[in-house]
Amino acid sequence: MKVGRLKVVFEPVTFNLQLATIMTETSLTKELLPETILLRPTRGWTALNLGDLWRYRELIYFLTWRDIKVLYKQTVLGAAWAVLRPVITMIVYSLIFGQLANLDSQGVPYPIFTYVALLPWQLFSKAMTDTGRSMVSNRNMITKIYFPRLVIPVATVLSGLVDFFIAFVILIGMMFYYKIPLTPAIWTLPLFLLLTMVTALGVGLWFSSLNVLYRDVGYVLPFLTEMWKYLTPVAYSAGYITGMWKIIYSLNPMAGVVEGFRWALLGIPLDPSANVTMSISIGVAIVVLVTGLFYFRRMERTFADMV
Amino acid sequence: MTHPSPVFRPPSSGGLAIRVENLGKQYRIGTAPQKYRTLRESIVNVATWPLQRIRRGLAPSGVDHHDTIWALRDISFTVEQGSVLGVIGRNGAGKSTLLKVLSRVTEPTEGEVEIRGRVGSLLEVGTGFHPELTGRENIYLNGAILGMKRNEIDRKYDEIVDFSGVEQFIDTPVKRYSSGMYLRLAFAVAAHLEPEILVVDEVLAVGDAEFQRKCIGKMSDVAQEGRTVLFVSHDMSAILRLTEEAIVLEGGKVVYRAPTVEAVDYYMTSGFSEAGERKWEIDEVPDNAAPFRPVALRVRDAKQNNVDVVRSTEAIHLEVEYQLTEPIQGLRVGLYLMSARGEYVFTSFDTDEPEQYNQFGIRPVGHYRSICTIPPDLLNEGRYTVGINASSFRIKRYFMDERALTFTVDGMGAPGKQWAETRMGLMRPRLQWRIDKQ
Repeated sequence: MKVGRLKVVFEPVTFNLQLATIMTETSLTKELLPETILLRPTRGWTALNLGDLWRYRELIYFLTWRDIKVLYKQTVLGAAWAVLRPVITMIVYSLIFGQLANLDSQGVPYPIFTYVALLPWQLFSKAMTDTGRSMVSNRNMITKIYFPRLVIPVATVLSGLVDFFIAFVILIGMMFYYKIPLTPAIWTLPLFLLLTMVTALGVGLWFSSLNVLYRDVGYVLPFLTEMWKYLTPVAYSAGYITGMWKIIYSLNPMAGVVEGFRWALLGIPLDPSANVTMSISIGVAIVVLVTGLFYFRRMERTFADMV
Repeated sequence: MTHPSPVFRPPSSGGLAIRVENLGKQYRIGTAPQKYRTLRESIVNVATWPLQRIRRGLAPSGVDHHDTIWALRDISFTVEQGSVLGVIGRNGAGKSTLLKVLSRVTEPTEGEVEIRGRVGSLLEVGTGFHPELTGRENIYLNGAILGMKRNEIDRKYDEIVDFSGVEQFIDTPVKRYSSGMYLRLAFAVAAHLEPEILVVDEVLAVGDAEFQRKCIGKMSDVAQEGRTVLFVSHDMSAILRLTEEAIVLEGGKVVYRAPTVEAVDYYMTSGFSEAGERKWEIDEVPDNAAPFRPVALRVRDAKQNNVDVVRSTEAIHLEVEYQLTEPIQGLRVGLYLMSARGEYVFTSFDTDEPEQYNQFGIRPVGHYRSICTIPPDLLNEGRYTVGINASSFRIKRYFMDERALTFTVDGMGAPGKQWAETRMGLMRPRLQWRIDKQ
């Protein structure tokens, strides 16, 4: 792909849910020429063909927009749910783990300590679960129309961000309330957010492809989410894990994400071995994403026949 | 081996819109229509795999041919740019699979297809519509799903709303729409896609007359603009009206290609061995038809001869010969009569009369003939198709062949024959007239 042709314009992202003018213009001339498409059987592992995904970026936008738009339709509380879920979880955790069990929260008030972790965790678990089910829930589109199937999981992960940003507003309020100063590391927050999305997409891609063949995935996902949550320092401090365990623990990219969030937002110092553990977390996330992408592409050709 | 697929090439200078070469599509039985495996089955399969291999006598590895069917095989044809091609065939002949391959929903198993331009299909009318979103929002969403660019939808938005005729409700969630409004809006979006190749599959079967008129109008527009149309339908009159040329699919193969009139005639008359009689060999009958085994279907004239042409002024006997290898409860053996244009004339079963129904509550094992007599002076002249159906109501359909046999009705001596004209309608009854002078 010629880089010179792509015109990327960065605009401040406004979450205007109307049919807004976020869309980028495309060169019309190219679309008007009929192109010849050659359809042939493919076998084994195939190229990712991300160019095709780029051509269908408007569809990603519209599917994301649909998911957001539909999310709180016909609910009384509407978008308040995005706030209620992490806040109620925070209250319960604060009572049980903060008060009763009196877990160490590394010098920060326990409620904000756990809320900071709940934000990326809930983004991750929802994105992973929804993505894992996305191919089956969009079955009627898949069996009737061609488009790069990758569009669906990508849009599903992106639509999860809205809840995150709504709940983030509460976090800002809490930081004022507890008088927590901004840390110089705050700029790294988008990177940890990206790591969350990469992990969710990677795992989601595996599960969405498997779900087409094996509906067991529908039963595995809620269970896996619950187990995974215990392996992630959401309710407790990662400081409890030390030595060799730390290395194994960091195989879970979400452990790295939660530690990163606490570091970037609350100034909780990272473990001395953070260079190694973070690298492992990032490495695992990338491996899961890349293998997930290739596996998805490999299975893609049978989706319409099997789903 | 990897083929990057699809391969984008610069447009070739030839006038072909579609080139299909040795196309084949194989399905695994049991996986094709909406069945999925569970992980447990797979694990069991893996565990018992060596055993199965030994039992099968170490057959050469590869695809097990007992578990697969070819929905399409060795299909080759080309479509010129700007032509309108009809695709006809029975249920299961591979029409839908062919359309799915051409519209890139599913990948071919062998062979290749070259398509020049964007393929739009009217088989996906309303796909991706979300009930909670308004008409306006669904236009944008559905447009994007069909592959339209945002500025393209903006440009055509007013036209789409206009065409759909639902402008009053455009800001109402589509779940509140009537099914007619829903369909009109969905069709309006699909119809404005302006693809180079339009694929239409049975959309005419749904919707009211007004909708069908719009649908057909849009198709002719598309054709007149020099774009290519592929039209799949069971409605022979629509095929005859809209297409110049047609291909006939049978058992996943293209068996005939000709100007539409000839192709329709071929299709309507194909599939029987001898004039006035259709016999079923054992291997032609699907396994799941058991314990019902069709033997033959015959058209007989008043003198009990097997005939291809019967006179409308005489009684016509339609005889189904079959065997039952086990007793069947509530069996009804019936016939469909269809006109050459694919319209149903009637459906009738041998136990329609309460007397027969009570006598044959359980039909014992044996060799049977069910004979239906069409009274004289009922059918108009023309060609008719007889279909057969053997079923127990709401329990099981044992056997069905909608196009088992065709025959011609000759109008010699029929009422009104003193005028050499074609009479409209499927019937040519001898009715009583009285002329009163005041």
